[in-house]
Parts: sequence; structure tokens; C-alpha cells
Amino acid sequence: MNTNVKFVQGNEACVEGALYAGLDFFAGYPITPSTEIMEHLALRLPRQGGKFIQMEDEIASMCAIIGASLTGRKVMTATSGPGFSLKQEALGFAIMAEIPCVVVNVQRGGPSTGNPTHVSQGDVNQSRWGAHGDHAIVTLTASNHQDVFKMTVEAFNIAETYRTPVILLFDEVVGHLREKLVIPGKGKIPLVKRLRTAVKEGTDYHPYLPREDGRLPMSDFGSVHRYNVTGLFHDMWGFPTDDPQIVKGLQRHLVDKIENNANQVLNYKEFYLDDAECILISYGASARSALHVVKNRRLRGEKLGLIELQTLWPFPNQLIREKCEKAHYILVVEMNMGQILREVKNAVHFPEKVFLANRIDGSLISDGDIRNILRIVQGKGV
Amino acid sequence: MKIERCRLVFSGSGGQGVITASIILAEAAALYDNLNAVQTQVYGAAARGGSTRADVIISNAEINFPKVLQPNVLVCLTQESYNKFYPIIRPGGILLTDARYVKLNRKVDARQKSLPMYQNVMDQIGKPIVFNICMLGAVIALTKLVKPDSVMQTLSTRIPPGFLDLNRQALELGMSLGEQA
Repeated sequence: MNTNVKFVQGNEACVEGALYAGLDFFAGYPITPSTEIMEHLALRLPRQGGKFIQMEDEIASMCAIIGASLTGRKVMTATSGPGFSLKQEALGFAIMAEIPCVVVNVQRGGPSTGNPTHVSQGDVNQSRWGAHGDHAIVTLTASNHQDVFKMTVEAFNIAETYRTPVILLFDEVVGHLREKLVIPGKGKIPLVKRLRTAVKEGTDYHPYLPREDGRLPMSDFGSVHRYNVTGLFHDMWGFPTDDPQIVKGLQRHLVDKIENNANQVLNYKEFYLDDAECILISYGASARSALHVVKNRRLRGEKLGLIELQTLWPFPNQLIREKCEKAHYILVVEMNMGQILREVKNAVHFPEKVFLANRIDGSLISDGDIRNILRIVQGKGV
Repeated sequence: MKIERCRLVFSGSGGQGVITASIILAEAAALYDNLNAVQTQVYGAAARGGSTRADVIISNAEINFPKVLQPNVLVCLTQESYNKFYPIIRPGGILLTDARYVKLNRKVDARQKSLPMYQNVMDQIGKPIVFNICMLGAVIALTKLVKPDSVMQTLSTRIPPGFLDLNRQALELGMSLGEQA
């Protein structure tokens, strides 16, 4: 058997993707439904020279990966809703201090401890606005194991390129279900290496002075350069300042470095859009059910199409507006009370044609659930 | 495989190995028989002693929706799981139960196969740990979903070599029970 082909859970596909991307430091605290990520990394990471730490809680885990990233490691932590809430303060620090890191949230039902062993997509907005203050962030998701792998590698690449935390927002169904994963050969997916400064020892190094292209070369903390890292607004040496010009400049930089590159971090898939009269928009496990409906309806000649979002944030407003231009109606399929629905309504020219097909009881939204809403939208009753 | 898409539900009590059996079947199909397969299971207290359930879909085509709503094959290894799940079977499907644990007391539009799997495992092998593999043997004899060799290959990657023969015996025992049924 080819050892590059595996039959695994989505959480293990994430582990494979992280190791492929060069993960060499993981700190976490186990929580359903993300625990398998920790379990597999506890076994795999030390074997290949990486470091694995189970910390005392989610806050410490987040802080540990921030520290490790500064020393030059590629880092990740994994959690679920309650743990993701705890991580928000340190996540904000990582945004402000521009620390590359990957944070996995395998979603369960919420708020609070919620519905631990069941599926939900209720953390979409938390992944965008969980940390306080104006900021931008990248959130990626996936509906099958091949894409979980791909998006995990992509998350590490984006984190390194833009010196930013990247959120991987999976859900219980994708995290736990088992299906085939083919691990690409080394080099098949390009990897972004840590950009290190060329400034020599003893020469003044500016950790927060962007190059012409906006990227900020790093220096492994604790090695040759001394610099400051803070959650306060800071100057190019990393020291706190309240100088209005510098505060404004850094605030703009933190948002612009991501929003101006939204197309560079945009990942999505489309199915049967060319002549689609009704377009479904979905992501994660919901997209599996949406695709099931679209394929079955196509067999009957009904003109349905699907946009599967893999980059949720920054939200691809322009893409949605353009792709949905000719659609008679749009159905957002998700397992929450309409978190992406709101974004789609904002993006299109005709929000009154956008409807929600959702399920919020902890069960995976089914093709029947979607078909029922379709019938109502099409004026056919139930 | 003749069936384009086969949906199976394995149910029983936590510890009987129904989830393990479901994984082995799906993995055998996906890795050795060049089919598509998806496996899901219930989480939480159910997997630790209560009634438990695992879903498997095996297909020639891509599988999008991963859960089973109406199984073609339903396996119930306890009375509780039989009572709970018998109504969901697809009409004309196969309902496999263990004769020791389940009394068939419902009228079901399905081919009900009550096989003395546990009894045979205890009489001929003497190790209840391979009860689930015997059940898997019966399932593949009844459905021809995967090759027995593929199951053995999957097992060889999951268990110590010393236990392979024990499992082979159980698989063959289950297959012969399934073929006679």
C-alpha cells in the first residue's frame, strides 16, 4: 500500500497538513471535538524533532505558541469554542505584535460549553471579531480531508507571508469523519519559509519596519538581535508609543496588510455556476450537503450551482457579487443563525433574493433540510 | 461491487467493537478495494458504555453527505440498539442481529438475519474480543462489499502480528455464518 494514502479523520488530515507545512512546535489543551489533533501530534511531532507541550489551559497554549514563533518555530494550537474564547486575548496580542501562528478551532455548538460532541458553525463571527480593537484576520475552512490538508498548509503559508495569526475553522463533522487522504509528495505544494532579516549582529535591527513589499523580516528572539515585543502600539523597534502618527500608521498597516491582499488569500471552489439560476453558498460540512443537493438537482435538469467558500475572512465580497449577478435567488447553507448570510446580503446588489437554509440542533444539515427551504423559496410550499 | 452505493449502520453497546469494525470495513474499501468510503460515529457518553452507532457509506462515486439516514444494512448487537434503530432500515435491506443478544420482536420490511455469532466465537475461538470481526465477516458474506483479503490487510496495519490469526479465524467464522444464512 502507498503510505501516502491514508484513511483518517479530518483532524488527522489537519495534522498531516501541519507537518507537511513544517510545523515544529505545538502547544495545546485537549477539548472535544479537536482532541485528535493533539493526540496525533503528541505522537508524531517529537519523533521528527519538533516540540509538543500540553499546557495547563488554552490561554497558556496560545501564549506558548506566540513565544515559540518568535524564536523561529512554525507553530500551531488547536481547540474548540470554549478554548477559542480563552485564546482571544493572546490572539489579539499576536495580531498586534505580528506573530505568525495557526489557531485551529474545530467548532462545536455554543455559546459556552454548549454541545461538545455535536456539529455547529457558530464561531464564524468569533473568528473575525473575537479579539477586540480594529484588526484584520484570515480564516480558512474546508469540507473534505484533501482540502483540510491543503488549507492547513495554506494557513501556515499565509501566517508566514503576512506575519499574522491564521484561523483554521473546521467543524465536528469534518474533524471526526473518516475518509481517504492522499498526501502530496514533498514540494508539490510550495511552502513559505520564515523571512529572516539580513541585518548582521551588532547592527541596529528594526523588527517592525516593513520592507517595500510590506513584509517584515524577523529575527529569532533570543539569538543575535535585541528588540522589544508588546501588545501596545509600538514604533519600528517595538517600543511602546502613543505618537498619533505612529499609532495611525500601525493601525492602518495591521488592517491593510490583509485587506489589500484579500485576493491573495482567497480560496474557494465553484460547481455548475455557468448557467445557475439558483446559487447555493456554503462552507465546511454544510457544503457537503449543499453539493449533494446541487448534484442531484442537476441530474433532473434544475439549474443549481454552488460556491464553496474556503476563505471566510476577509469575506470575498467582490467574488460573491460578481458570481451571483445573474442568479434568480441565492441560498446560504450554514449551521448557525445566519452569520455568512449577513455577509452575502451585504455583498450582493439584491439582498432580498438571499435566503438562509440552516440547522442549529447539533445535527448535520441534510439534503432534505435544504430541499425544503428550496421549495419555499421557489414558491412550491412544503 | 454490484451496489452503486451501500449505506450501513453498525449499532451496539460501547465496548463491543462496532465502531472499530465500521472503521476497518470503510478503510478496507477505501484503501484496498479502490472504492470511496466515509465513516462517522456518535461521540460522547454513548461511545463509553451506552448504546453506540457508527455509519459507513461505500460507493463507486464521490460521497458528499456523510451520514446515513436509511441504511441498506443495519447491524444491531444489543436489544436496545435493535429497538432504537430498526425503524430506520431501508425497505428490503439487510438487518443483521446476534442471536444471543437480540430477540426479533418487530415486523420489519427487511431481510432479518439473526446469526449465533457470539455463541460461535465463544465455542470455536473462546475470545470475545473478536466478536466484532466475526460480525464483519458475516456482513461481507451477506453484502460482498469488500474482499476478505482487504479486511485482513487493513487488520495487519492495525493490530500486533500475533493477533492476526485470531482475527482471521473470526472473520472466516463470520463469513461462513453469513453464507449459510
